[in-house]
Amino acid sequence: MAKDPALRGLTRRALLGRAAMASAALAIGAGFVAAPDAAWALELENIRPETMATLIQMARDIYPHDRVADSFYAVAVKGYDTPEDAPAIEAGIAALNAAAQGAGFDDYLSVGWESDRVAILRTQEASPFFQTIRGGLVTGLYNQKEIWPIFGYQGESYSQGGYLHRGFDDINWL
Amino acid sequence: MVAKFDLNDDGVVVIVGSGAGGGVLANELAQKGVKVVSIEAGGRYLPDDYINDEWASFQQLAWTDMRTTSGNWRVAQDFPNLPTWIVKAVGGTSIHWAGASLRFQDHEWKARTTYGNIPDANLLDWPIDSAEMAPWYDKAEAKLGVTRTGGREGLPGNNNFKVFEAGARAIGYEDVSTGHMGINSAEYDGRMSCQQTGFCFQGCKWGAKWSAAYTDVPRGEETGNLEVRSGCFALRIEHDDAGRVTGVVYLDAEGKQQRQKAKLVSVACNSIESPRLLLNSASSMFPDGLANSSGQVGRNYMRHTTGSVYAVFDKPVRMWRGTTMAGYIGDERRNDPSRGFVGGFEFETLSLGLPFMAAFLDPGAWGREFTSALDGYENMAGLWIVGEDMPRETNRVTLNPDVKDANGLPVPNVHFDDHPNDEAMRDYAYGKGAELYRAAGATRIFPTPPYPSTHNLGTNRMSENPRDGVVNRYGQSHDIPNLFVSDGSQFTTGAAENPTLTIVALAIRQADHIAGELSKGNI
Ligand SMILES: Cc1cc2nc3c(=O)[nH]c(=O)nc-3n(C[C@H](O)[C@H](O)[C@H](O)COP(=O)(O)OP(=O)(O)OC[C@H]3O[C@@H](n4cnc5c(N)ncnc54)[C@H](O)[C@@H]3O)c2cc1C
Ligand code: SF4
Repeated sequence: MAKDPALRGLTRRALLGRAAMASAALAIGAGFVAAPDAAWALELENIRPETMATLIQMARDIYPHDRVADSFYAVAVKGYDTPEDAPAIEAGIAALNAAAQGAGFDDYLSVGWESDRVAILRTQEASPFFQTIRGGLVTGLYNQKEIWPIFGYQGESYSQGGYLHRGFDDINWL
Repeated sequence: MVAKFDLNDDGVVVIVGSGAGGGVLANELAQKGVKVVSIEAGGRYLPDDYINDEWASFQQLAWTDMRTTSGNWRVAQDFPNLPTWIVKAVGGTSIHWAGASLRFQDHEWKARTTYGNIPDANLLDWPIDSAEMAPWYDKAEAKLGVTRTGGREGLPGNNNFKVFEAGARAIGYEDVSTGHMGINSAEYDGRMSCQQTGFCFQGCKWGAKWSAAYTDVPRGEETGNLEVRSGCFALRIEHDDAGRVTGVVYLDAEGKQQRQKAKLVSVACNSIESPRLLLNSASSMFPDGLANSSGQVGRNYMRHTTGSVYAVFDKPVRMWRGTTMAGYIGDERRNDPSRGFVGGFEFETLSLGLPFMAAFLDPGAWGREFTSALDGYENMAGLWIVGEDMPRETNRVTLNPDVKDANGLPVPNVHFDDHPNDEAMRDYAYGKGAELYRAAGATRIFPTPPYPSTHNLGTNRMSENPRDGVVNRYGQSHDIPNLFVSDGSQFTTGAAENPTLTIVALAIRQADHIAGELSKGNI
């Protein structure tokens, strides 16, 4: 499914074979995170795979849409996998894991309930790291055209002649 | 036929900024045979270039140069470096505008007299009134092709309008329609009718909506009297020992500094950059900036009392389909202090696409309360509140000494504190908007905070007495006879109406005045 070049097609078998650990959400291996069924994979050069898996979970917890697949959250944050950004991401996720430990969990990914993860996130809300991730998601997630149909939004309309003959006034329940 | 004037030609009128004010002034003067050089910071974009995509269009056209903010307004917290939504392009913000075109009401020209002495407000009557402006409004409505004026039909109502209208009628509002819009309901002035595309805020690809970019600017150029220099950023205005302006220094498209001589200069850069240019033009003769003997340059910044109400229903609305703002309720625009505030407001329909909704519905919010709202996007309807805000001396554009732009000039700081009257009006309007949508069957309602300011007004205001403002009844500066202001910064007060029709009417009137004075040798 993932058309994004950064979500590359490692073969399913290779992926599952290399996956060192599969959390509930993602398979984590050397240099990549992937969907548990290997439908997509994100290869990493700078950020540790565990860190990226946590970041993807954090992104979903910030803007949870149950009908939006993990791959879109992965696309929204994959841009941080650069030599410049990686240290801040590692530090931010380390702080998040520390907060999870402070709340009695092993780490952020091992927190089972969303409400518990959100409570941990609330403690980080004021941090520049949290605000950078949240702010980046506003465009990084919602500006992916591929998710618009999930919300019913139709996007560009000029090439189809606008809505004059395509239902601009078709509401029928008033 | 496009004119080309010499940099040393001191017989030209130089207009800085080519938007609703400057673009119209340039064309109107050119039509009267006056030689005009238009200096415009942005590039040239025509309907084929516009993009049906919110962020891509914003990146293409919006003014994103560094700015700073202060004050208690929520914009300073949500968008500290983006206080306004203004376009940097030939045609200015008339590319992104939505087309709502209403005349001021009689009493709004006399705000000080009508509202009285409101504490912590700097109210003043305009030196002009409805009777004076009526013929100029007629011309402006004809230029923009405003619907429901001059025998032009109204636009058809889209889904968002139908929900809005049903709620409005249910709570007893009567002045409800698809509004007065500078958007063609039928072919007009060589431009086609609205195709209900729904990206009015991104530039109309059909040209159905009026914009100076593809009407006034090219028409002025066709006369052979107008040269538009796009990609040229005005740095300062110069003057001689007699205190008359002599020309404009600007960076050309190659980044080279140029000096265009002028017999008259008009400033039409919208209400942040216009005062900034005057302040950046300070000299030993005018140490506080040009035209600033009153100290009012940059002060009295107004942005309208705004806010939105979005509502989710149990069935689809698909508000994004069709004209973005063709919905109007006028019942609350009267002045009725018994509501707890002076001045009035309109409700207008408003729709944002999903990307902008995510950014603007509740900036900074996260978690399920926020995302479940977006999950209801298809079932959402929306309206905008636009009301009169109080001018305050302390709400102002100043030069930020600590932050410089790419040209080494101090960036503008925009300071704004909501006046208690603004807050009372907004709260009342949120309440009525919620009532309206509840009456139409809404299951959830969002009182959405103001966006970066689209209506920017008042920072070089018009006054009868030179002590109270920057320009006179014709937009001519009190201090310097050959220096004019031609954009929304001349507004003495903001009124409740969207400003562009009034900006255009003032520009047409000003062109008439300037051409007359030039031919009589008075300037
Ligand atoms: C999304 C949106 C919707 C709107 N909807 C409506 C509506 O429905 N009805 C309504 O009445 N109004 C609406 N407006 C407001 C309307 O667009 C503005 O009021 C109007 O365009 C202002 O005209 P202006 O001439 O003052 O400035 P602008 O049109 O902004 O023109 C100013 C020009 O000056 C140029 N400039 C600035 N500084 C310099 C410099 N130093 N050198 C050279 N050039 C410079 C800029 O690049 C720009 O092109 C809307 C605005 C937005 C953003
Ligand atoms: S809805 Fe109408 S006015 Fe708006 S952009 Fe589309 S065609 Fe133009």
